[in-house]
Amino acid sequence: MIEQLIGLPTESPFLVAAMLLLVVALVFAFARVVRGPTIPDRVVALDVMATLVVGLLLLLGAVLRMLAIVDIAIVLALIAFLSTVAFASLVERRTRE
Amino acid sequence: MTHVVTGLLALSGSLLMLTAAIGLLRMPDFYTRMQAAAKAGTLGILLVVTATGLVLGSVSALLHALLASLFFLLTTPISAHLLGRAAYLSGIRPWVLEDDLAGRYHPATHELASVPDADPPE
Repeated sequence: MIEQLIGLPTESPFLVAAMLLLVVALVFAFARVVRGPTIPDRVVALDVMATLVVGLLLLLGAVLRMLAIVDIAIVLALIAFLSTVAFASLVERRTRE
Repeated sequence: MTHVVTGLLALSGSLLMLTAAIGLLRMPDFYTRMQAAAKAGTLGILLVVTATGLVLGSVSALLHALLASLFFLLTTPISAHLLGRAAYLSGIRPWVLEDDLAGRYHPATHELASVPDADPPE
């Protein structure tokens, strides 16, 4: 099992390079969270950051060959969607009254 | 061979997500930033999910990947639409010369009408 993981040529260099790209993207999205002039800008940037973290978790699960990390990624995506919907309805409801 | 395919899938997916983040940083107004994040981000995460499912390889992993891609395909347009609508109603004007939506949202109920102040059909 372990010899299979270590001995065979794997795609791990590709996956680690992809994770580095996602970390750079995370920095850009965080810059928009800091700069973003309005609240919806920040909410969109936070949503993108959550998506990027989900991608990082998926690639980590692929590198470590652990399916449980994929479950964590799916739960994080669910929480990010719910929080974005909550923020959107909050922003809209505040303008109605 | 499979390693190269999955590696390239993961790399192109994360490149697309990097493109989404660059668009989020560089686009001129809220709505263009939102569409860059929604579209490029969705395709990017779908490619990464597919790559992870193929790397792990088991039936359970492929089902997880299918579930996650369906979830992203369903939820990303919904959250982008809700945020765009909330942003427009909270007074953020789009970066255009002529705002075609102006006056079409009822100010109190936030209902959208196709023609401003139209009489209801008989």
